[in-house]
Amino acid sequence: MSPSDAHFSPKASRRILGPVFGVACFLATMTGVVFLSILLGAVLRAASQGATLAETFDLLGRLARSTRSRDPDLAGFKAGIAGSLWLLGLVFALAIPVGVGAAVFLEEYMPPGRLRRVIQMNIANLAAVPSIVYGILGLAVFVRGLGSSRLAMGSALIAGGLTLALLVLPVVVIATQEALRTVPSSLRQAAMALGATKWQVIRDHVFPSALPGVLTGAILSLSRAIGETAPLLMVGAAATKVPTGLKDRFTALPVEIYKYASEANPKFQVVAAGGILLLLALLLTMNATAIIIRNRYGRSARG
Amino acid sequence: MSAPTVDADPAVLPETLWAGRSRMLMIQETLIGPFLFFCALVTVVTTAGIVLVLGTEAFRFFQMPEVSAVDFFFGTKIEDDPVSPRFGLLPLLWGTFVIAFGSSIVALPIGLLSAIYLSEYAPRRLRSVLKPALELLAGVPTIVYGYLALLLVTPVLKRLLEPLGLRVETFNSLSACLVVGVMVIPMVSSLSEDVLSAVPRGLREAAYGLGATKFEVSTRIVLPAALSGVTASFILAISRAVGETMAVVLAAGIRPQITLNPLTSIETMTAYIVAVTNGDASEGSAKYQSLFAVGLSLFAITLVLNILSGLVLRRYREVYN
Repeated sequence: MSPSDAHFSPKASRRILGPVFGVACFLATMTGVVFLSILLGAVLRAASQGATLAETFDLLGRLARSTRSRDPDLAGFKAGIAGSLWLLGLVFALAIPVGVGAAVFLEEYMPPGRLRRVIQMNIANLAAVPSIVYGILGLAVFVRGLGSSRLAMGSALIAGGLTLALLVLPVVVIATQEALRTVPSSLRQAAMALGATKWQVIRDHVFPSALPGVLTGAILSLSRAIGETAPLLMVGAAATKVPTGLKDRFTALPVEIYKYASEANPKFQVVAAGGILLLLALLLTMNATAIIIRNRYGRSARG
Repeated sequence: MSAPTVDADPAVLPETLWAGRSRMLMIQETLIGPFLFFCALVTVVTTAGIVLVLGTEAFRFFQMPEVSAVDFFFGTKIEDDPVSPRFGLLPLLWGTFVIAFGSSIVALPIGLLSAIYLSEYAPRRLRSVLKPALELLAGVPTIVYGYLALLLVTPVLKRLLEPLGLRVETFNSLSACLVVGVMVIPMVSSLSEDVLSAVPRGLREAAYGLGATKFEVSTRIVLPAALSGVTASFILAISRAVGETMAVVLAAGIRPQITLNPLTSIETMTAYIVAVTNGDASEGSAKYQSLFAVGLSLFAITLVLNILSGLVLRRYREVYN
């Protein structure tokens, strides 16, 4: 506190109310952190059942190696993990290029005006559409091909990938736009003045300096795609085998967790907890990477 | 307005003055624009696709002989009768409302208080640890929250409330409200914190200069100045709770009923959609088609909330220069 505080003596009620409020705010902030620890602790305990750390790792290894089964001692997530990795690749290949392209178009090519505002509002709304609505869209358009049997893909991996790609597209666009906006316009003008074409300016100068922001957005959107369950349930992710191609039926890690968690046999709860540990390990690593990239490279551009 | 003077020979076109442009570059330059435009178009097509799919399929549902639109919007019963099935939206709306309301009671105050803490009270060092932690929490998938409700929240509720003579069902809306509330806290706090931090320093310093305490500055200066943004974040959080699926399916179950008792099972619109797809309803049956009508209603509700949040943000924003 500064020395002037010595001369400042508010009424007792004002003196007390402030600190009480401060403590309340602090406690509110800590609920998140506390909850995260409780969550990890509870899942860890459910998965390990009092076993040692090494045994828990053995369990996770076993779960990662075996496929779905009616016997909780043999059940595992191999098909789900394989499906989720396929989906990760598909979303990466589909949503990131299109999302980044759309953001570059909106920020660098499209003149500001009414149309741009409308598209911008549309993207903001899309980002807040419930994921299950994307599931309905995927079901109607990709799985059933709008009723025509030639367009219908069935509950194939590619249908799931396309659905998730549409789901995360607005997130990619918004994150990339924010990253592009932090690039100072003097950089563009300098490159233009040296005779670079518009695309050269974007490709060689604007994009590289926006890359940390773009990467952060890309990783966060991929981790969102990995954790989604509802749209995949709608698309019909219920296979029990590891998919080998884009037209195979598939399943995903969170979908399998859901299936195991809704089993009546309590032994399956251990399996579900193990699956959640696998999923959280993957997701928290991805998100932490994204946050670190942003904090390391994003700060200078922001200030 | 006079045209800019060009010193070059007017007979030579500006393009030919510059010889640095290769054919490859020109092809790139002409193709990239349309390609990027196509990318942007995908987002517009997605919206159109959602509206068209939900609209046409819901229309087909209402055209069915066993379905009446009046019964759908005002009916209070969902019955799977083969001869005269009933599709009343009201129990599902009620379930959705209960979850949205209950989770708001948890999430809005805690989210706002933590936003105030992060923007006004927290030392810089602590803030740089807490913000990423909240972001990590926001990255936890909803299925995990649902599982946690089953594993932890409901058993704790049972242990606390059953000695008091209250019957707690395995699937109950209270535990769903709690986990969905915790789930949206990071969203409220990070969106609110952004707008609170954006309030200019000058306002705070002027208030301190007049002898206000930190509490008074936070609640009477900063919060009112950022009220539009805070309200917008509240509305978005409610919209998120309305659209939440997996946590609700696992925690609150799938029994459509209108009840004030938070310890019994309910069914939200999202849970109904999941239940119909995973159930035995055959494609093209009235029950199957009803998921599109429910989906359309869900989409409409969240759309209205999202637009409302955008309007509040723009219409009531205090502008500082």
